[in-house]
Amino acid sequence: MGNRLVVRDVQAGYGAVRVLHGVSIEVNDAETVVLLGTNGNGKSTLIKCVLGIVRPDAGEIFLEVDGQRIDLVGKPPEEIVNLGVTLVPEGRRLFPKLTVEENLLLGAYRPGARRHIDRNLAFCFETFPILRSRRKQRAGSMSGGEQQMLAIGRALMAAPAILLVDEPSVGLAPVLVSRVIGKIKELKDRYQLTVLMAEQNFNQATKIADRGYIIVHGRIEFEGHSTRELSENELVKKYYLGV
Amino acid sequence: MRGRTFGVVVIGMVLAGVLFTRLGANQYYYFAAYVILQYVVLATAWNILGGYTGYVNFGTAAFFALGAYTSVVLIKGFAAPLPVLLAAGAAVAGLLGLGIGYLTLRLRGVFFSIATLALAVVLQTMVINWDYVGGARGISVVRPGRLPFFGSYVEFLFAVMLLLAIFAIAVAWWIETSRIGRGLAAIRDNEEAAECMGVPTLRLKLIATTVSGSLMGVAGAPFPYYVTFVEPSSAFNLDYAVNSLAMPMIGGTTTWVGPVIGAILLGTTQQVATVTISSALNLLIVGIILVAFVILAPDGILGLVQRLKGGARA
Repeated sequence: MGNRLVVRDVQAGYGAVRVLHGVSIEVNDAETVVLLGTNGNGKSTLIKCVLGIVRPDAGEIFLEVDGQRIDLVGKPPEEIVNLGVTLVPEGRRLFPKLTVEENLLLGAYRPGARRHIDRNLAFCFETFPILRSRRKQRAGSMSGGEQQMLAIGRALMAAPAILLVDEPSVGLAPVLVSRVIGKIKELKDRYQLTVLMAEQNFNQATKIADRGYIIVHGRIEFEGHSTRELSENELVKKYYLGV
Repeated sequence: MRGRTFGVVVIGMVLAGVLFTRLGANQYYYFAAYVILQYVVLATAWNILGGYTGYVNFGTAAFFALGAYTSVVLIKGFAAPLPVLLAAGAAVAGLLGLGIGYLTLRLRGVFFSIATLALAVVLQTMVINWDYVGGARGISVVRPGRLPFFGSYVEFLFAVMLLLAIFAIAVAWWIETSRIGRGLAAIRDNEEAAECMGVPTLRLKLIATTVSGSLMGVAGAPFPYYVTFVEPSSAFNLDYAVNSLAMPMIGGTTTWVGPVIGAILLGTTQQVATVTISSALNLLIVGIILVAFVILAPDGILGLVQRLKGGARA
């Protein structure tokens, strides 16, 4: 059956500012779903709600693991991470003064991941060979692209059932963006990883997405069941393609 | 390898201590050594929160004095023996740490530091207005009678503080090498990222404030017997806050060795200065050394040594 993430009618905000006005999305097993939206439309807030960093004012968020429903609202991030939901945060958020290896080991902090630490480390090094050669180097001294690889590798150390990726393209040169996106695709193809990716780089995101949603001012304005539907949509043309 | 260093340091400290009490030296040396060891405990305790976790605590004096005044109450009210005083000092100061942590750890960075500074002021004001423990006048404490094995009571207190220092170092070493230590390092480096990685940040920070406060309290517990006259201005002295912060910074904050080196170095310098120049110069010395280190060796002596070795880490 696998894993499924469901977000239903979620409303959330910061203090008096309401950011999400009833957002519903679903991510099914082994799917890569992209959440498209320009800055300030609520992508990151939605991701933070899923991980328990922002608490929704209303609505439900739940996981279905092998048919069993697990509610996420109200749980602290450490519990949600331990259920197998892991985030590659926006802007990477590495531990800059710790080494690459220490960063990776912290990715496996959740009790469920500790048992497989060696296997997952080997897997990380195999996926991102650059990390092996840099393992004793401080994370903050690497280039932006390498740091993004490390951020993804660190998330993989948690052996996630569902991987959340928040704006992997931020602050990267175009050639690195394609390389990072290519890595995520590789992971998805090889390991049937379930991915929810928030992104504003439409062209890159649709390269790997199975389907997606467009979020505008805290509402899902369009649900595309395939990348073709997305690219032919008027909103996309208006916001991304400049037509 | 780190475990071996730890073992060597502990055995060295015990041997030096035993040798020291057998020498039957001038009583002043026991007084001085007691103060230095007390700073080993305080600096190690401060470092658990300030160094490992990155939360700067300006309220060391509050926890220290709380330990001291808990002893005063127990001595005056119940004539409690020293082991009870130590346990009570640790427990009360640990509870204060937990409470303060719960109230203030949602504050980040400098705001947390301000809150701890305020804590010392509030506690001192309360003690000044509490007559049972002597208020602003202070209170005399009579030491128990002579003990077997030890030449004097100060010699005994020196041995007690030596054990406490070893205990504090052992706690710091254990935290550093455990999962707790890795989690704390993650918080220090990037708290938001730590949260995203499923590190239980609030729980770990509460552990750090509790353990740190508790060790500071235990350092203060024998204080009434050491000075025999406790008054708020000495128990809440600014020296404790400044020294316990400066010593780890000078030694190096990322491992348990740093505060020990810093405390022994700075503590000894202060004791020498007290005898040869003037006790009023102590804070000035700390200030100058601290400024020099912040400019020349921001990672402390350990960082400097690592850099001179060629720096394995880029």
